[in-house]
Amino acid sequence: MKKVPKKLSSLTYVMSLALALQSASGAAESRLASNAAQKVYVEPGKYDEFYAFLSGGFSGQVSVYGLPSGRLLRVVPVFSVNPENGWGYSEETKPMLETSHGFLPWDDAHHPWLSQTKGIADGRWLFINGNNTPRVARIDLSTFKTMEILEIPNSAGNHGSPFGTMNSEYLVASTRFSVPIPQKDTSIEAAKFSGSISFIKLDKNSGNMEIAFQLLVPGISYDLAHCGKGPSHGWCFFTSYNSEKGKTLLEINASKNDKDFIAAVNWQQAEKCVASGKSKDMKANFAHNVYDDSTHSATSTKLKSVKTLSLTDCPNMVYYIPVAKSPHGSDVDPTGQYFVAGGKLAAQVTAYSFDKMQKAIAAKKIIGDFEGVPILDYESVMAGEVKKICLGPLHTEFDDTGHAYTSCFVSSEVVKWKVGTWEVVDRIPAYYSIGHLLVPGGNTMKPWGKYLVALNKITKDRYLPTGLELAQAAQLIDLNSNKMELLLDFPTVGEPHYAQAIPAELVTKHQKKVYLLEENKHPYSVSSEDGTKVVRKGNDVHVYISTIRTHFSPDNIEGVSVGDTVYFHVTNLEQDWDIPHGFAVIGSNNAELLVMPGETQTYKWIPKEPGVVPFYCTDFCSALHQEMQGYIRVSAKGVKTPIKFGLGKTL
Amino acid sequence: MSRISRVLVVIASGLVVLMFLFPLWEIGLIAPQYPEGLSMQIWLYKITGDLKTINILNHYIGMMPIEPEGLAELRLFPYIFGGLAILGPLVALINKRWVLHVATACVFATALLSLVDFYQWEYRYGHDLSEDAPMKFEESYDLPLIGTKQITSVMASSFPEEGGYAFMGVVFLYTASSLLNLKKKRR
Repeated sequence: MKKVPKKLSSLTYVMSLALALQSASGAAESRLASNAAQKVYVEPGKYDEFYAFLSGGFSGQVSVYGLPSGRLLRVVPVFSVNPENGWGYSEETKPMLETSHGFLPWDDAHHPWLSQTKGIADGRWLFINGNNTPRVARIDLSTFKTMEILEIPNSAGNHGSPFGTMNSEYLVASTRFSVPIPQKDTSIEAAKFSGSISFIKLDKNSGNMEIAFQLLVPGISYDLAHCGKGPSHGWCFFTSYNSEKGKTLLEINASKNDKDFIAAVNWQQAEKCVASGKSKDMKANFAHNVYDDSTHSATSTKLKSVKTLSLTDCPNMVYYIPVAKSPHGSDVDPTGQYFVAGGKLAAQVTAYSFDKMQKAIAAKKIIGDFEGVPILDYESVMAGEVKKICLGPLHTEFDDTGHAYTSCFVSSEVVKWKVGTWEVVDRIPAYYSIGHLLVPGGNTMKPWGKYLVALNKITKDRYLPTGLELAQAAQLIDLNSNKMELLLDFPTVGEPHYAQAIPAELVTKHQKKVYLLEENKHPYSVSSEDGTKVVRKGNDVHVYISTIRTHFSPDNIEGVSVGDTVYFHVTNLEQDWDIPHGFAVIGSNNAELLVMPGETQTYKWIPKEPGVVPFYCTDFCSALHQEMQGYIRVSAKGVKTPIKFGLGKTL
Repeated sequence: MSRISRVLVVIASGLVVLMFLFPLWEIGLIAPQYPEGLSMQIWLYKITGDLKTINILNHYIGMMPIEPEGLAELRLFPYIFGGLAILGPLVALINKRWVLHVATACVFATALLSLVDFYQWEYRYGHDLSEDAPMKFEESYDLPLIGTKQITSVMASSFPEEGGYAFMGVVFLYTASSLLNLKKKRR
């Protein structure tokens, strides 16, 4: 008999186990609603009911879809440069991608989080993490624009982020890699690792982020969190993995212990400790980048210090609770009473009771200690177990009728279960390998439990093949009846790692349509064509240029030589919705600009050859868009052609 | 003058005051790219609405820009209608029939001249087109004085607003007041 490769045999084992589980609890046949087309059809010209914000995973961006149609509405550039509109290329947006490591053109964006008021999504801001180089970004939902990016020091892999509290008081950011804090050159084997959990304070009115404090915690890998609400407000619950503290071959070495930990963090206790001077200022170096919609420019500030709080200086702040092995996150039900976590490598989801946890702490039901963190007795905190739920349970969201929906990666399905009885009531397959899932508001106190979206890692045979690189997918599932039914599946931008959705009117009600010209405080803006000019400052030439249907002013420019750096400060004088103008120069080592009505953006260009160089509008703005073009004369190096410029006349 | 006529002209002056608070007229434009419509409101002393966008669009057909600063009427009207506002109490106070009839004639003249003026502006904007117009779809573009009309791709409408209706009320009240006094004389 041929030897079956080990990997294959274990895969077969997993699959047969999955089948066994499924047949035990009812077959997971494909369930497409018979009137699926009707349910997802949104008439041309009509709006979708929900906005869904899908993270782009390795694309670094956020994509915005309408539900139930699955129509892609927009891709919001966040952590990755976007030549499509000049994000990260224009002089004004470059500072947004500054970090302590310099300018970074990319990150891995995983978890969008919608701001909340009283535990309900309020449609003001969307936050999202940069996983690779730890950062958190804030997108303003009145403009769908990234307005702020904050780097997280003492973190290495900002995966467990940016989950927030019920009134958007704080966002959390936990480190996925433990590393030496502060960093130093040491052998990996001998390195002493620490973990950090950061609390980012949000300004109530502006949404501006500031690291309030960082907890220094034992050096294991921290993962996704959800913060308490209602009765559990004041706490956040993080899962962790690698309690084995493996440093190599984690696939094996981080999978040995039967149980990992949930870290239950009392942030109100931490606040008190910080207020009473228990924190220490640690030297750090991290960037805080803020975009200003009145100057239409970002500024990047390097911050040099962060408040840290050690466990010994602030006791009773962190407790560990045993959890089935290798969990991927904890989720809190809408009442705020239960927090749940599934063990990715176990076939079980555990629900913990917040009340029981409080009692266990009071009664000192402590079974041990992990590097100074008390470990609470599992049985004393556990409220119920959803047994044999599926293989690889990852994440859970909730509806408004007391049900929970857990994604199961290995058995590739969504399992619906009842909170309180912990019984599985339904299951539906996902195509394929679901990671996160969403129910609109499903992480808040007010879920709109109409739909569920499964966010899948693998599509294989679902769509027309496109070579080796295939799209990833989202699947819309109807929750309106007892049986979950598949309605739609659609390919996504990048990896739809996690997503959140919100009723459309909560966002549409404060949409901005134009930037008001009279509020434009950009130092190089013009308020009308009369203000346009060309100014030389040494070897820099500043062109104050305007756009309006359908011309540039000026559109003939002379007086630039090789050796100069030319800054085109393009002000779009339009004050009409959906009339952006674009800008590009032939042969420029730059991406185009898209300039919104009332906005000013700057295009840097270094001419290399003498000649008469064309530029044009790149956004189809009007019937005479094709005619929206101009020339700039470039003279040879050292030739001092006088500055002249104009529109509609001979220079 | 009868008591009622005197009351009517005073009420008419009240309506004239209202004309300062509301637009007189609205011109609306619906185009394929503007399903939500563009509009401009003509007041006694200003023009509001989507003037900037309307001017941008009009420049394609060579229409001169509508610039409220350059319109003498908008500077003149506040005085004329300010005069009309004090006319009512004045007529009631003087309490002479012939004064009333002269006042009514003045009101009629103002109404008629306003309409003629509005029409001539519409005509001028629609006919004095720039030779350099990028788009020459029609020889001229005639907005309706009142009503709606399809002009190339644009559905144009022109209707009175609150201020305009108030002015109609003024005309009506003076007419009624004068007629009431005519009858008395014949008896």
